[in-house]
Amino acid sequence: MAKIELNGVRKTFDQTAILKGIDLTIEDGEFIALIGPSGCGKSTLLRIIAGLEPQSSGEVRIDGVQVDGVRPSARNLAMVFQSYALYPHLSVFDNIAVPLRMRRHSALARMPLIGRLHPERGRTERGIREDVERVAAQLELAALLKRKPGQLSGGQRQRVAVGRAIVRQPVGFLFDEPLSNLDAKLRVHMRAELAQLHRQLKATFVYVTHDQAEAMTMSSRIAVMIEGNIVQIGTPAEVYENPRDIRVAEFVGSPKINAMPGVIREDRGLEVLGRQLRLNTTAAAGRCTVCVRPERMELGPGPGAIAGIVTHLEHLGAEAFIHVKVDRIDLPLLARVSPDQQLPEIGSAIQLGFSASAVRAFDATGKRIDVTAPARSERVREKALG
Amino acid sequence: MTPRHRSIVWSFTRHSLLLCGAAFILLPFLWMISTASKPQTEIFTKSIHFIPHSFALWDNFATAFGKANLWRFLVNGVVVTVSIFLLQVLIALPAAYALAKLRFAGREVLFALVLFCILIPPQATAIPVFLLFHKLGILDSYAALIVPFTISAFGIFLMRQFFKTVPDDLIEAARMDGISEFGIVWRVMLPTAIPALTAFGIFSVVAHWNDYFWPLIVLNSEHLRTPPLGVASFRNEEAGTNYGPLMAAAIVIIAPLVVAFLLAQRRFIEGITLTGIK
Repeated sequence: MAKIELNGVRKTFDQTAILKGIDLTIEDGEFIALIGPSGCGKSTLLRIIAGLEPQSSGEVRIDGVQVDGVRPSARNLAMVFQSYALYPHLSVFDNIAVPLRMRRHSALARMPLIGRLHPERGRTERGIREDVERVAAQLELAALLKRKPGQLSGGQRQRVAVGRAIVRQPVGFLFDEPLSNLDAKLRVHMRAELAQLHRQLKATFVYVTHDQAEAMTMSSRIAVMIEGNIVQIGTPAEVYENPRDIRVAEFVGSPKINAMPGVIREDRGLEVLGRQLRLNTTAAAGRCTVCVRPERMELGPGPGAIAGIVTHLEHLGAEAFIHVKVDRIDLPLLARVSPDQQLPEIGSAIQLGFSASAVRAFDATGKRIDVTAPARSERVREKALG
Repeated sequence: MTPRHRSIVWSFTRHSLLLCGAAFILLPFLWMISTASKPQTEIFTKSIHFIPHSFALWDNFATAFGKANLWRFLVNGVVVTVSIFLLQVLIALPAAYALAKLRFAGREVLFALVLFCILIPPQATAIPVFLLFHKLGILDSYAALIVPFTISAFGIFLMRQFFKTVPDDLIEAARMDGISEFGIVWRVMLPTAIPALTAFGIFSVVAHWNDYFWPLIVLNSEHLRTPPLGVASFRNEEAGTNYGPLMAAAIVIIAPLVVAFLLAQRRFIEGITLTGIK
């Protein structure tokens, strides 16, 4: 089992900075998800941990040992690739056996033809067979051992790739978007299986994905990467509820968080769309952005409610989203509502509000600013607007 | 004209054009078989006839095998072409892998040089190579027939283009599994490249089995002759060329190629379909 530490890891490709100084400590046995929009450098970071790509500067430590310049196979990490990367000419059994054969056989015993004459080979090969069959049984692949990867479904291939990773009992696992080639239903199923596998193996998992649902459901911590930096690290709930940066707020959560232009007044009061909020801040006066999650938006009139026109309705069965066009904002505001209530007509006028506790405010540079409700407010659940 | 008529006319023209093309290519072969089946007296006649009046194919084969050591020529041909192909693969695969998948300074320049080498005709280097082999004292040997062709720029180019299409993930998975770079070439790249290798094999074997120019220059000994040189030994300027046995010998030496091509063609097409599905 392994603790993985990254200190000031930078990577540049032809003068383009991909990673701009990553500091990250991944605890032993942790399931950490690296998420971020495509091109944010998360896959590059994973490949640097794996040793497939050298970093431009900074260091990687595994269990306290610096591994720069150590070959990928010697780092004792296993990786599961997005495309599974199974050897197309080998059977499932041989695919899973490759890492064991490369480790346990001597170079001579691996030679084609003459390797068979090697005295140790038979005994080692029996050990390999036992291990492969144990892993195959664990992943329900026992019936497929003789097939070639071309004859397997996407989910089965994925399991073979996992099998090849776990068979040699590495200290850590690296996953590079392993579920993105599966259909939606299978993805949900594999999500549960991977989380189960983590509980079973108790090894360190580093999981790269752009799918926040995967990150939220499986990981113990999420690291949000944007433009080559880790912007926030925390538990899924923390990252969702308490984004430290507007880019995190906008990336995490689907549909996207509602962002409204606001102003911090000289008297520390907060205004949004020209309406005063019953919130104070310690931040300096100036422009800011006020964000509210769609599920925290409330329909109906109230003091200071925002008026708009319904432009689109999305009825998803268990929930419904109402898109509301509001003056002075380009993107429509979204409200998530329960579908049992009467949904408004498209084109009809509607009013939106939200409570003070739903507000997440960010300054002009995108950093989170703390807001507090004035002490005089004593109502349990008070409208922020009004 | 209705569209139906038009399609019939077009189909007719198309097929006649194809038939003309096929006839143009197949006629020399038919003529070879026909001549090989005729006795000497029937070959030079005023009228053209394909079917011989008296069937002399077996006699001509017997004469051909009696007059020259055809088996020896065939064995020479196999030794030379197979050695050339194996050595070409041994050199082209690692080179192509490096050019396609490894990052190093000067890679593009090296690849441009490989492309440039394809442009050099073998005749241009024939005399320098001949002089070099003379100095080394290896003229008139199997080595002289094989060594000049072991590095195939075309082979490197072809395999490099194919390796470009192999996903990087596969190579990185192999590295994670602990396979060395040379191991990747032989254990991972070679098996995925079988279709491209088959195509290259066809080009290589056909070219060197049929090569007349280079063996003619470097060989003196009769026992080293490759099949095309062997056939040429039937030409006799004083006594007149004996065409019946010559054509029979020609049939014998092209037969392995035709059979090999028909067998390989199936794999070849299978290979192309396989890569298409991927």
